[in-house]
Amino acid sequence: MATISQPDVHVNAPGAHGTIIEIDDVHKYYDLGETRVHALRGVSLQIERGEFVAIMGASGSGKSTFMNILGCLDKPTSGRYLLEGIEASSLSKKELAAIRNRKIGFVFQGFNLLSRTTALENVELPTLYAHISKEESRKRSEQALQLVGLGDRTMHFPSQLSGGQQQRVAIARGLVNRPSILLADEPTGNLDSRTSVEIMDIFQRLNGDGLTVVLVTHEPDVAQFAKRSIEFRDGKIRRDEPIHDRPIAADVLKNMPTLED
Amino acid sequence: MDVMAIIRIAMRALARNKMRSSLTMLGIIIGVGAVIAMVSVGQGAQQQAQQQIAAMGSNILFVGSGTVTRGGMRMGSGATKTLIYEDMLAILRECPAVQAAAPGSQSSAQVVYGNDNWATQINGTEPQYFDIRTWPFQQGSSFTPNDVDMAANVAVIGETVRKNLFGATDPVGETIRISNLPFKVVGVLAPKGTSAAMGQDQDDVIIVPITTLQKKITGQDWLRWIMVSAISREASYTAQQQITSLLRDRHRIRSGQDDDFMVRNLADVADLADQQARLFTVLLASIASISLIVGGIGIMNIMLVSVTERTREIGIRMAIGATEGDVQQQFLIEAVVLSLVGGAVGIMSGVGASYLITQTLGWPVLVSPTAIVAAVVFSMAVGIFFGFYPARKAARMDPIEALRYE
Repeated sequence: MATISQPDVHVNAPGAHGTIIEIDDVHKYYDLGETRVHALRGVSLQIERGEFVAIMGASGSGKSTFMNILGCLDKPTSGRYLLEGIEASSLSKKELAAIRNRKIGFVFQGFNLLSRTTALENVELPTLYAHISKEESRKRSEQALQLVGLGDRTMHFPSQLSGGQQQRVAIARGLVNRPSILLADEPTGNLDSRTSVEIMDIFQRLNGDGLTVVLVTHEPDVAQFAKRSIEFRDGKIRRDEPIHDRPIAADVLKNMPTLED
Repeated sequence: MDVMAIIRIAMRALARNKMRSSLTMLGIIIGVGAVIAMVSVGQGAQQQAQQQIAAMGSNILFVGSGTVTRGGMRMGSGATKTLIYEDMLAILRECPAVQAAAPGSQSSAQVVYGNDNWATQINGTEPQYFDIRTWPFQQGSSFTPNDVDMAANVAVIGETVRKNLFGATDPVGETIRISNLPFKVVGVLAPKGTSAAMGQDQDDVIIVPITTLQKKITGQDWLRWIMVSAISREASYTAQQQITSLLRDRHRIRSGQDDDFMVRNLADVADLADQQARLFTVLLASIASISLIVGGIGIMNIMLVSVTERTREIGIRMAIGATEGDVQQQFLIEAVVLSLVGGAVGIMSGVGASYLITQTLGWPVLVSPTAIVAAVVFSMAVGIFFGFYPARKAARMDPIEALRYE
């Protein structure tokens, strides 16, 4: 069960105002020999600090490309991307690596934990590239694991954890360097419906503490837990609207049967 | 990212695949071990050669009676009767580079003591022979100049003769029979071992006064050899020239005619033996180095497999902030750790193998620190060289592609 026991652990949520992501007329082409794939066709978007955005769309809609650009794993062919005022589209590979390390927390569909490496060591991984002292790194990693309710599983290997627990380790890893945004790419894609809601519960709580969360999903059931929904189609934003009356994951969980039932 | 952290990561990655890591290391272990063992054997041989030659005296010249052609028949070496005692006196008198000289005559005979008998070489000479050859006594002492004057029946025996005739008995004072003549044993020479230059057992010998040998056993009055010591090792070449021209003159050999004697300079022999041992070392080391290179290729092979297999890990690391340099460093250090740990184990097994060679084969082995340092440096270089390409391949990956890799 995901009980968030340490709400005081801070997740980089100072002033709850201001624009954190600013995307201006971003295009992305892929040259595949003769043909040219136009993955993004002029996307403009602003995300404020403290938002919880769900990005939706079918496969081929451009949402994965958008996600990669947002995560500084890829650069737009044209257009501007400002992350906390930094022009990410003009940075070098090395600078992008530093941005990914400090400002972005990644959560993937396949968890992407290192096997045969303990939960704690997995969570510590980003701190190794951030020049943080070993003691500080250990302290932060333990806190992050407590935050996702795995304070008692630090020495477990991924193979000894359930899918939901592995994803929570991955979330803790995403949080350990106190990023500006948490970027989750289909985080519930490999999980059953109850565990999915548990993960959404964690996202809602982290967001409640001030963390900006961007969630990419194609499941409307999952997207409904966000505060704002953006839908991609054919490389463009087709719909961008706030979600009213969103369900609170913790309440949903109370009415859901546990797996054992 | 500090180096210690990277080394820790590398160790952990290697520990995750213990079987594979140790098999990869095996290549380096065998390579480094072979280099060290082979160099140790080679240097042991080299050292032994040098020691034996030093023991023989590197300033020694050996003047032997030479070949002669009689009526178209070339007689073997030692066939001439022209080398005589007066030649030795002349050498001492007229060659300034010569320090000392001892005449020599030789024969072979069956030697009897009690119920045992032994065929060996009998050398006749004068007491200074032992000084020239710096040959100490383990028991008793040399015969005296007086013994030479008197042609006394006294003998000095070598270690091999002592072992075969006397066993545990103390030979000094005992009487042996050489060609049915009784000889009193006055001394036993310290063992000298097999000559590196000549390949013969130097201890299988009995030495008697030259007068005794000539008058009572062989009946010859010419010399088979003169053992000469030069005033220094460097002077031995000068001495060689002086002796050659003196003897040609004394033997009335016209220019264009062959010498009826030969002068061998042991410094030459020493240089030759040293050169051979060195060549031997280099040869062994280069054969062993090949296995080290093969071991390095093994590392490259495994690192390439490892990089492909860990594509996803590389993607994860890049996504969470590892730069290309971080990834490259990580894989490079993994390769270096593999080769260095392999090198360390290789040194131990190489030293162990050298020890084993000494113990079982009785070969002299010299484990040199140079070889160990060279092996460490070489194995590290192998790690860097063969780890570089796989590490670069890892660093050049596109994180998006790497994350998608199944």
